[in-house]
Amino acid sequence: MSASTFAQHLLTGISLGGSYALIAIGYTMVYGILRLINFAHGDIFMISGYFMVFAMASFPWYISLPLVLAGTVLLGVVIEKVAYKPLRSAPRMSIMISAIGVSYLLQNLATYLFTAIPKAYPEIPFLKKIFQFGDISASLVTLITPVLTVILVILLMQLINHTKLGMAMRAVSKDTEASRLMGIKVNNTISMTFVIGSLLAGIGAVLYFTDRMTVYPYSGSLPGLKCFVAAVLGGIGSIPGAVIGGFIIGICETFLVAFGYSTFSDAFTFLLLIVILLVRPTGLFGEAATDKV
Amino acid sequence: MSNILEVKDLKVSYGGIEAVKGISFDVPEGQVVTLIGANGAGKSSTLRSIVGLEKPAAGSIKFQNMELSAMGTETIVTKGITLVPEGRRVFVNLTVLENLKMGAYMRKDSIEKDLNWVYDLFPRLKERSWQPAGTLSGGEQQMLAIARALMSRPKLIMMDEPSLGLAPIVVQGVFDIIREINKQGVTILLVEQNANMALRAADIGYVMETGRITMTGTGKELAENDEVKAAYLGKSKKK
Repeated sequence: MSASTFAQHLLTGISLGGSYALIAIGYTMVYGILRLINFAHGDIFMISGYFMVFAMASFPWYISLPLVLAGTVLLGVVIEKVAYKPLRSAPRMSIMISAIGVSYLLQNLATYLFTAIPKAYPEIPFLKKIFQFGDISASLVTLITPVLTVILVILLMQLINHTKLGMAMRAVSKDTEASRLMGIKVNNTISMTFVIGSLLAGIGAVLYFTDRMTVYPYSGSLPGLKCFVAAVLGGIGSIPGAVIGGFIIGICETFLVAFGYSTFSDAFTFLLLIVILLVRPTGLFGEAATDKV
Repeated sequence: MSNILEVKDLKVSYGGIEAVKGISFDVPEGQVVTLIGANGAGKSSTLRSIVGLEKPAAGSIKFQNMELSAMGTETIVTKGITLVPEGRRVFVNLTVLENLKMGAYMRKDSIEKDLNWVYDLFPRLKERSWQPAGTLSGGEQQMLAIARALMSRPKLIMMDEPSLGLAPIVVQGVFDIIREINKQGVTILLVEQNANMALRAADIGYVMETGRITMTGTGKELAENDEVKAAYLGKSKKK
């Protein structure tokens, strides 16, 4: 493999990793605050893809984009209110099963409403512009994805570490009851977590589908699972962990395909999951598991 | 002196088991009031229902003539009432300063003055303001829990077993602080198993047994009562 081919694949991998990272953050944040693996997260991502298909049918991209992001956020928050909030005091297994139910509901609803035939994902013209650097060529979306991911993550970390809302989120994630004693409206804080997670999944969907060009009812399930693995790899609950996990999986997957092992690229991700769980269950950046006393 | 808190016929139950079986008591403004009693007497349940963490099954809770029993915790704490929960419950992943800021979460005004006030009360916290609360010792965490509660500028501060699991010398420090806070005008409702210390600090004491209040008196009266001595102070009844 020549240096330029290598660079080409690396760029593709980093770009794919960026989209994965944005989705993985949603898993890790929801887990951090509710101790819930939101299995529906990948399907929110998929529905966001369909939102774009329909929005772009009637509006130019600069109107569609905010509409789609708002719709994705709304979907995430509604799911939390309808399917998770009523189970807040139920055993953790119940809410997890509810999440699996929502996941299947969204997939089947999409199949019913939009059929299983892949739909063409609309092009946002400037994102598809091709750039050429020597032997390497890349569309703008490939270049933008990792940059945008890093910027969003920095903003998010600022929000979490230096704002009142971020402080409340950290407090709720440790001790819900003590948070209520501080006057924190716990339900609003949890909703904000879903707002942020869904917003990032919405942005991730635009970047991912622009690259993939089609969307179908199951196009959220495999990326969703991979991003979940990315979150576990990084240490679930840790935002920087999820980002690094996302990049690692994106890059590894791309190189496996490049070396001709495309059949195994998905298997690799889940092999990684097994190995991580066996060797380092807390992930790369996860805190040691301490049960609440 | 008027009562800041009036509890009438309060009942609290957990899935059919009545933990508090209809108790009534008053907390006069500016005083230290203590509820003492053994494990499972219903002391914590009483405090938790006052602040809305448990829904009372029956009865009324009036704070400055405002009925609290139908309100949620998030609303109750804005009225000037706060609870230092059992087991401290500081946010271990937040720094000491952030914990104090959380205490003032619902306030919109400047907290600078109160931050200095609690730092004066607890100089140790000032030294450690940038440390994560999880790295503090048990006694320091208890101080932080009290300081955090004070940051909301409460009129009534309730404390659930503030001496639990602390060394005797630290316990003394906690009670010194309780007196100091009270001197500065904050009413205190204290729940304790350490009846000896609690009764010495209290103006008024109530003894709780299996969900009922069985005795009332000034702290001094109760401390000298033979039955209380036998049951809670580890001294044998005089013949």
